[in-house]
Amino acid sequence: MSDQFQGIEPMVYQSQINVPYSWWAGDTATRFFVTLRDEKKITATKCGDCGKVLLPPRKICPRCFTENMEWVNVSDEGTLLTFAVARRPFAAIPADKKVPVIWGLIQLDGADTALLHYLDGVRPEEVSIGMRVRAVYAEARKGTIRDISHFKPVK
Amino acid sequence: MAKRVAIVGTGQTFHKSHRPDVNGQELIHEAVARALSDADLKLKDIDAIVIGNMDHFEGINYVDCWSVDGSGGTMKPIIKLTTGGTTGCTVAIGGYHLVASGMFDRVLIIGWEKNSESDTTGAITTAFDPIWDRLVFAGAISGLAAEAQAYMARYGATDRDGARVSVRDRKHAMNNPHAQLRKEVSLEEVLASPMLADPIHLLDVCPRSDGACAVIMASEEVAEKICPTPDWIWGTAARHSYSYLGDADYGRLTSMREGSQELWKKAGIKEPRKELDVIEMYQPYSFGGLIWIEDMGLVGPGEAPRYIWDGNTDMGGELPINPSGGVISCNPIGATGLIRCAEAAMQVMGKAEGRQVPDVNFAFSSGFGGCWWTDMILHGKKKPA
Amino acid sequence: MDRAAIIGVGMTKIEKRKIRQTFADMAWEAVNKALTDAGMTMDDIDNVVTTSSDFWDGRTISCMAVGDASGAAHKNISCVEGDGTYGAFYGMTRALSGSYRTTLVTGHTKGSESVSSLITNAAFDPIYERSLGMDMITACAMQARSYMHRTKTTSEQLALVSVKNHGNALKNPLAQLPLNLTVSDVLASEMVADPLHKLDCSPVSDGCAAVIIAHESVAAKFRQKPVWVRGVSFCADSFFFGDRDLSRAGSLAQAAKKAYAMAGIHDPKKEIDVAEVSDAFTYQELLWLEEMGLADDAAAGKQLERGDFNLDGPLPVNASGGLLSGHPVIAAGLYSMAAVVRQIRGDAGGFQVKKAKTGLVQGVNGLGGQSHCVWILDKDK
Repeated sequence: MSDQFQGIEPMVYQSQINVPYSWWAGDTATRFFVTLRDEKKITATKCGDCGKVLLPPRKICPRCFTENMEWVNVSDEGTLLTFAVARRPFAAIPADKKVPVIWGLIQLDGADTALLHYLDGVRPEEVSIGMRVRAVYAEARKGTIRDISHFKPVK
Repeated sequence: MAKRVAIVGTGQTFHKSHRPDVNGQELIHEAVARALSDADLKLKDIDAIVIGNMDHFEGINYVDCWSVDGSGGTMKPIIKLTTGGTTGCTVAIGGYHLVASGMFDRVLIIGWEKNSESDTTGAITTAFDPIWDRLVFAGAISGLAAEAQAYMARYGATDRDGARVSVRDRKHAMNNPHAQLRKEVSLEEVLASPMLADPIHLLDVCPRSDGACAVIMASEEVAEKICPTPDWIWGTAARHSYSYLGDADYGRLTSMREGSQELWKKAGIKEPRKELDVIEMYQPYSFGGLIWIEDMGLVGPGEAPRYIWDGNTDMGGELPINPSGGVISCNPIGATGLIRCAEAAMQVMGKAEGRQVPDVNFAFSSGFGGCWWTDMILHGKKKPA
Repeated sequence: MDRAAIIGVGMTKIEKRKIRQTFADMAWEAVNKALTDAGMTMDDIDNVVTTSSDFWDGRTISCMAVGDASGAAHKNISCVEGDGTYGAFYGMTRALSGSYRTTLVTGHTKGSESVSSLITNAAFDPIYERSLGMDMITACAMQARSYMHRTKTTSEQLALVSVKNHGNALKNPLAQLPLNLTVSDVLASEMVADPLHKLDCSPVSDGCAAVIIAHESVAAKFRQKPVWVRGVSFCADSFFFGDRDLSRAGSLAQAAKKAYAMAGIHDPKKEIDVAEVSDAFTYQELLWLEEMGLADDAAAGKQLERGDFNLDGPLPVNASGGLLSGHPVIAAGLYSMAAVVRQIRGDAGGFQVKKAKTGLVQGVNGLGGQSHCVWILDKDK
């Protein structure tokens, strides 16, 4: 059978989904971000049932499935558990970040879980798992996760 | 051998237009915690979870994975089903099959939506084919208006008939503390409310809502052990035909007709109007309350307005429809179909409190969405054969 | 519990850009191939489950685009969002529920039509994480680093996964990237996100696959000898990376354990003859094999070097070429499933392995393998 579409120019329709979102942070995340913005402090929730200190803070302990949380301060210094280095300027990377961009999973002292954030002020080759890092706060803070500018190695 | 399946517990949030105090996971958790408590179960008793919403209403990819903190899905099987507006009923049907297959004994089913987080109309518009339909069609309301117009032209119905349905549902909502809109309206108020898309007035349609619903289904052996009055699932059906907007038979809901006929046949129901005791249908606008009950076979084509005007579907009537206040009183889309299922289950289980219909033997719940799609469930007090 | 079998499979060729086919066109092709393979007509199918993602497809209610092309008009239909193995799972329960007997399951993706970095960035939590700009590649780079650190697995060993799988693809006409590579080719390819090179990562792909799952009462009525589902399970881990041990996959270990228990498998290393696992990134093949007990802990790299997972080795893994050789994201698990079905039937063509009585299929949902679905398929009931 001959291909009746042979030689037809394929049409491509360019479009994008344009749906604005406003995510409600909720009371728990709001408290975390207000404290971060106004006091430059990193706070977490401690589960009264299992005793785990959870960061990001949770309203509900995912393991115990209870709402039995108290707020605790955690250190802004911690240990790097693992990291990734983007060499390509992937589309999701914010416009103000230039490759190589380094992300780390950081377990802050006093927390039982780790936080995802940037590492900066260090070359990718100098980063190693287990190294100690400290939060650097943004000058202008707006109540977002980027009120922590990045983490940098503790000299 | 396939297993019989029953609903043993339900839970809902108090649905509102905005829930700024919680994020999505936390909203889900409220419904889950209430369902577990209603069924007197703990999270560890749950074997699997089915969850659904509409991605572009919250803009979160892999919601089954993201939501585990709220759903309780950590280190459990969790699967996501999504079919648009029908999603809430689709997840319930999913839970039914997961249990009926014998794979799981206790399945937690979750539907949720935070419609306040996005532009609902903008997101719905992306449902339509990007090359053919999307550029000329906006949101859900235009399609519904086309359906209502076609029905009115065919059978001589009027916008007063539609308004009567809205008056009924909004009155029923007064009995339901979970409903978002609890304010009685008069026929005149509906007709005087702003015209959205002729013949649909503002008070003919559903609001946007934040809400979640959870339902727990169990296999026969478990259900009878843990629940004194389980709600037995007698059958499910779904029809999702038509891929393009122009393919629909405007003025008739083919999916409801085909699906309900299948369901009546399966359950041996000859006269649904007489044999059903209560209906919770996904009816996002008033005219659906006319057109679709004809397709369900409750009354003949064009006969719905008379049937409704005579009070048959009001509380205390022959066959009350939407005792909860229905979708016109509250519509967290991904949860909506599951709320219908939960409300029908509560009627069968005798747990519907102020909105309880007496002596419910058979209840019907449905989901509506896609392009004129319908999902449906038949609930019963007696164990199916 | 009743038993289910896979009685037909159909797949489009996996390509970089299927510019001449819409979603419906791809589904139509895969469905008809599956029906032909099974010796069935659409009338023999009593219900349909499609698998798709609204994010990848750029449309809300993405299943709308393929229902009719999958023959679902006037039939019961539903839609799973996630990997095809999850769609197949739901399809199987429908065939076992007493409501239906034969489920047609489809899964489709056209990666070519969107920007994968943005799509997968949307899987991160919008409040705490998303604005940091990570995506699937950078997330998996983080996991790869963690796995390599714990197990001392080397970049060379990762590269060897790529060499093996792209080489296997040379024997699979449906694969997108059949390549003759060396370890140094992989290591010399662009470093996209340390420690992952371009050739450590699966490509962007278009494709659709369909499988037909039947209840035991009708499984032998059609053309193919049924391939039986002996065991299946799925499981999700915590969402936040910081809540998990990223160097491991606890949810996979649990899913595999349950699938083995259901299948009555006591020693998976000995009893599994062939496996198709999710190798979206090279390290994943090794990590997943270890977590499923198909390789020794922290030793998959060494076993790979020994040839254990080669086409002619004791446990051929991704003989089809795997996802590294073509990765239509949502359809991926169905392609893997179809490959194992064909191995067990003995009609895998050029990538047929010698012994294939019992096969394992693994599919993944979420970032860095948060959720896994494991199937044990068998020639015997």
